[in-house]
Amino acid sequence: MTTARHWLLDESPASRLQANLGHAYRMALQLARNPLAMVGAFILLLLILAALFAPWIAPYSPLGQNLEARLLPPSAQHWMGTDELGRDIFSRVIYGARITLTIVALVAVISAPLGLLIGAISGYFGGWTDKLLMGVTDVFLSMPKLILALAFVAALGPGIENAIIAIAITSWPAYARIARAETLTFRNSEFISATRLLGASHARIITRHVLPLCTSSMIVRVTLDMAGIILTAAGLGFLGLGAQPPLPEWGAMISRGRTFILDQWWVATMPGFAIIVVSLGFCFLGDGLRDVLDPKQGGKS
Amino acid sequence: MPLRRKTAGAQRLKQAARSLGGFVVVTALTFIGLMAITFFIGRVIPIDPVLAVVGDRATQEQYDAARVAMGLDRPLVLQFVSYVGDVFQGNLGHSVSTNRPVAQDLARVFPATLEMATLGILIGVGLGVPCGTWAAARQGTWVDQLIRVFALLGYSVPAFWLGLVGLVVFYANLGWVAGPGRVDIFYEGLVEPRTGLMLVDAALASDWEVFWNALDHLILPAAILGFFSLAYIARMTRSFMLDTLGQEFITTARVKGVSEWRVIWVHGFRPIRVPLITVIGLSYAALLEGSVMIETVFSWPGIGNYLTVALLNADMNAVLGATLVIGAVFILINKLSDVLYRVLDPRSR
Repeated sequence: MTTARHWLLDESPASRLQANLGHAYRMALQLARNPLAMVGAFILLLLILAALFAPWIAPYSPLGQNLEARLLPPSAQHWMGTDELGRDIFSRVIYGARITLTIVALVAVISAPLGLLIGAISGYFGGWTDKLLMGVTDVFLSMPKLILALAFVAALGPGIENAIIAIAITSWPAYARIARAETLTFRNSEFISATRLLGASHARIITRHVLPLCTSSMIVRVTLDMAGIILTAAGLGFLGLGAQPPLPEWGAMISRGRTFILDQWWVATMPGFAIIVVSLGFCFLGDGLRDVLDPKQGGKS
Repeated sequence: MPLRRKTAGAQRLKQAARSLGGFVVVTALTFIGLMAITFFIGRVIPIDPVLAVVGDRATQEQYDAARVAMGLDRPLVLQFVSYVGDVFQGNLGHSVSTNRPVAQDLARVFPATLEMATLGILIGVGLGVPCGTWAAARQGTWVDQLIRVFALLGYSVPAFWLGLVGLVVFYANLGWVAGPGRVDIFYEGLVEPRTGLMLVDAALASDWEVFWNALDHLILPAAILGFFSLAYIARMTRSFMLDTLGQEFITTARVKGVSEWRVIWVHGFRPIRVPLITVIGLSYAALLEGSVMIETVFSWPGIGNYLTVALLNADMNAVLGATLVIGAVFILINKLSDVLYRVLDPRSR
């Protein structure tokens, strides 16, 4: 254990792998000192475990109806009660973790690299490329995100895939802005010129040298944005434009429970707690990551 | 000396004019971008844009008429140009669900949203700025942590869920506020809608019964909206305030024996007024957007409710019209707070 620790914290690493691992280890140590970030990481771990092992965790089927057990209040048998079709809400919330995780992961996988690439190209080439790309980015950036996502889903048709596309379309501009700002800070630095003198193509410089340097601020921003993405996805579900019934999507579950809210409060409130806990988890972790990875932006607290 | 002051004044005026000119150009370009997006959503994405506009119950004649009216036989660029022309003439098409011009509908519903968002931002600023300042002054204590978590909740709670919970708690159980809608049903249509803002109209007609009833209905959705802007405003105020309180002139003031209250609210507050204006502008614009969810929950007859009803009826003209109006207001407020910042902050001159 101690030897592994020493190897990781070695001041003069012998290999690139050792240097990178050591760097990551130091970051993790720093992050571990922030209690809120640890809470966030723990919540995310729970979310991932719930999504992975849903069939083993959930006591009931998320879709199986039992009309004799309709609208039961929370009890030892049904921790979060049952809905209007007698489905166990706790099981549905657990399975809902899969949908939420899928949405969040896909949006991140689509929009972050897209924004990263656009921003890096814009910052690296400058001039008219920059003006044009940033013009488009600014237009998207100054649009209300939720409304834009709503309009896109309206045209594409309701459904979880279209909701993901709509959210991804509205969230890349922020990443493009960040990537551009990062790129501008080292565009004229010596290591870029040196690489260029060695005969590296623009594509190679951007993908091998510019993009890796932008990733840390990107990770922070994506984590912080996750809460917003979850809320937008849940909002689309609530309006009936996202995941369609009988899928156990949290927003859609709240929407169904709305009808019974006055007498059977648990149907609508329970999925809401799941949304809040997961979003808070991302916020906590994002805040902590920002303090560690991006000290110039945060670090005041 | 007076001469010099005059030239300085003229220069300042010139600078203001220049940033105003830049503002007009940038805003106009952004508007065109916005219209390009709505045009793209309305005419390019749908497989059959005519069907999306007239609905699937239309007869063949209506379909053909709409197709010609939309000019779908012409090239896309020309279509876009005439679309922009239409928008500038206030022609946003016809809504199939209300059977009225979309522009007329929007003018009718917009004041309701404006009223809610305005009260919301007043609540958000009124509580957010003191909260943020308090957190900064007590940095690192439990007050700071509490406000921090409270503010993060504003980023994590779904607005529609909070609206539902608010209705259950404050309307159904405690009976402190009135339920969904703008006024009780028997008060409806009692005051003449002059401005469309219920509170103002009731006050103008000196009908205080309606006024209090309308306020009773407004206060919960506005407070919930306000909570979301409070979260953002408090967070930003805290970080601006921390920046300022760490500076030397604050230490000087403290050493001179100025009271802590005065140090914070006079010395500390003065430099952060300008960035705060931007933050407040941004959150006001965000509230207009956030009202979509809140209005759906509270059956508030505003633009958000109009948009969601149109969405469910696949009423594309109404959806795009509402998107365009909300987008335009959003952009306008954004850019205005931007230009205000530049005019007011001496450092950015």
